[in-house]
Amino acid sequence: MLNLVSPRAKIEPPARTYRNDRGRIEIDNVGIVFDGDRGVHTAVENTSITIEPGQFVCILGPSGCGKSTLLNAVAGYVPPTTGQIRVDGEPVKAPGPDRGMVFQQYSLFPWMTVRENVAFGPRISGRGEPTPEAIADTFIEMVGLTRFAKRYPRELSGGMQQRVGIARALANYPRVLLMDEPFGALDSQTRAMMSENLLKIWAEFGITVLFVTHDIDEAVFLGDRVLVMSASPGRIIADIKIDLPRPRDGDLTVDEGFIRYKRLFHAQIRQESLKAFEQQNR
Amino acid sequence: MSVAERAVDDVPNPVPSDAADTLVDKQLSEPALVRSPQARKPWLKRKLPQLRAFVFAIISLVLFVALWHVLTENRVSFHVRFINVPSPKQVLEKAEAAFKSAMFFEHARISCRRIGFGFVIAALIAIPLGLVMGRYKMIREFVTPVVEVIRPIPAIAWVPMSIMLWPSNEESIVFITFLGSFFPILLNTIAGMGAVDPVLVRAAQSLGASERQIFRKVYFPACLPSIFTGLAVGMGVAWVSLIAAEMISGQFGIGYFTWEAYSLVQYADIALGMITIGVLGLLSSLLIRLFGNLLMPWKS
Repeated sequence: MLNLVSPRAKIEPPARTYRNDRGRIEIDNVGIVFDGDRGVHTAVENTSITIEPGQFVCILGPSGCGKSTLLNAVAGYVPPTTGQIRVDGEPVKAPGPDRGMVFQQYSLFPWMTVRENVAFGPRISGRGEPTPEAIADTFIEMVGLTRFAKRYPRELSGGMQQRVGIARALANYPRVLLMDEPFGALDSQTRAMMSENLLKIWAEFGITVLFVTHDIDEAVFLGDRVLVMSASPGRIIADIKIDLPRPRDGDLTVDEGFIRYKRLFHAQIRQESLKAFEQQNR
Repeated sequence: MSVAERAVDDVPNPVPSDAADTLVDKQLSEPALVRSPQARKPWLKRKLPQLRAFVFAIISLVLFVALWHVLTENRVSFHVRFINVPSPKQVLEKAEAAFKSAMFFEHARISCRRIGFGFVIAALIAIPLGLVMGRYKMIREFVTPVVEVIRPIPAIAWVPMSIMLWPSNEESIVFITFLGSFFPILLNTIAGMGAVDPVLVRAAQSLGASERQIFRKVYFPACLPSIFTGLAVGMGVAWVSLIAAEMISGQFGIGYFTWEAYSLVQYADIALGMITIGVLGLLSSLLIRLFGNLLMPWKS
C-alpha cells in the first residue's frame, strides 16, 4: 500500500482518510450588508445555522436572495458584517484549502491539463507523499475521467469540466465541500447524471456538503436537509429534513414522497420568487 | 458499485460532448467508437482547404512579381513613374552579388542585433511592469500618467533626443528600438491582467494558493495570450523604429544600406534592402508566434 514509486501508483482510497467527526459548520448570527455605490444593501439578514459533520445541506431560494452570498461567506470571500462563521470551531477569516469550493461557472485553469488542475491544491499544500499527481489520479478516477487526464479543459464538455472541478476541490481533503449552483449551466440530462454521481462520491466520503441551488428537484433529491431562503434580504424561512431513503437514484424523482416534498417547497419558493420579481421591477 | 470502478473503459477518443459524457457514465461507449467520419474521407479531400490556400499564395506572389516586371520593363509612367524603378531581374542580379559580399550580411546582422537588444530589454521591463500595474491599482495610478504622456510620441521623434542622451550611436539606435516595442508590450500586458477571470483567482484562493502563487500560477499564465499579442505588435513597431533610426543616423544596418543605395544611385539595392527588411520582419514575427505556441500548448 505504501509503494508510491510511480506517480500512477494506487494510494489509499480517499474515504478512509476521512473522519466523520470533521466538518461542522456553524453560522452564528451572521448578517451581510453591502455598502456600495448604489446605497446600502442587506444581502443576508441575521442567520444562524449549524450543520453537522457529514450532512448534505441544500440552501434553496429564488435568484438574488443572498444564498450565494452566504455560501461565499462560509468560503471566506465575503466577510460577514455581523456575527461569525466557524468550521470545526475555527473562525473563517479568508478562503482556505479546508473548504473546497465548486463554482457555477467553469473555473478550471485553461492552461493546465485535467491532471494538473486536480494536482494544483496538493502541490500547493506541499505534501511529499503521496505525490500530488498520485492524489490527482485517484480523484480523477473517482469522477470517471481517467482517460481525459492529459486533456485541456476546453477539450471537455461542460459536465466533464464540473466533474474535474469537484475532483479538484476534493483533492485537498477539505473538511467541507461548498457548491454554488454547480450544475446550473448544464442540460437537464447531464444534470441528473451529475447529481447521482455527486451522491455516490458523497456517500464514499461522508464529507459535509453545503449546496446552493434554486432548483427544487435538485435540493430534494440531494439533501438531508433543505434550508429555504426568503427573497432579499435573505433569511432562512424553513429548515426541513428530507426523509427519503438512500442511496437515491433517478427513480426517486417520480416517487410519492419526493413529490410531496416538492409540493411543499413549490408553494414557498413561488411566493418568494414573486416577491423577488416585484423587488426587481420596483 | 463504487464510483471509482466505473468508466475505466479504454475506448479511444470518444467525442467529448455532453451526450458522450452521459454515455460514458452508463458504460455505453460503443456509439463513440463508430463515429469518426473524418477518418474515412480521402486524404486529398481533407487537405483541400490547406492545398487551396497554398496554391493561391503562390499564384498571388507570382502575379505580383509579374506586374512589377511588366511595369518596370516597359518603363511605365502615368503620374507614378516606374522609369528608374529596378526590375525583378535587376534586383535578383544585385541580390546574387550581395549574397557573395560580407558587407551585406554585416548590415543585416547589425540590424538584427539592434532589434534583439532593444526588443528583449523592452520585453524584460514592460512585461513585469505591466503585470504589477495590472495587479496593484496604486502602482497603476502612479505610473499611468507618465506612460500616457510619453506613449503618443513616435519613436522616430526620439532620434535627436536619443543621440544627445546616449554616448554612442549604437546605444541611441537600440534605445529607439526599445521605445518602439516597449509601449505595445506594456499596454497589452496591462489589458491582459484586467481580463483575468476573477473566478480563477477565487478558485486558486480556495485551493490554498498564496498571493505570490496566485500571481505566478494564475495571473501570469492567464495573461500570456495578451502578452504575446503585445510582443507581436511590439516587434512590428520595433522594426519601423529601427529602420527610421538607421536611415537618419548611423553607418550600418539594413535601413542605412537602403538609404545609402538611394544616395549612391544604386536603385536595385533600394528594392533589395526593402525586401530584406520585409523578410527579416516576417521571420521575427514568425519566431514570436512559434515561441508563443510552445509556451501555450493549451491554445491552438
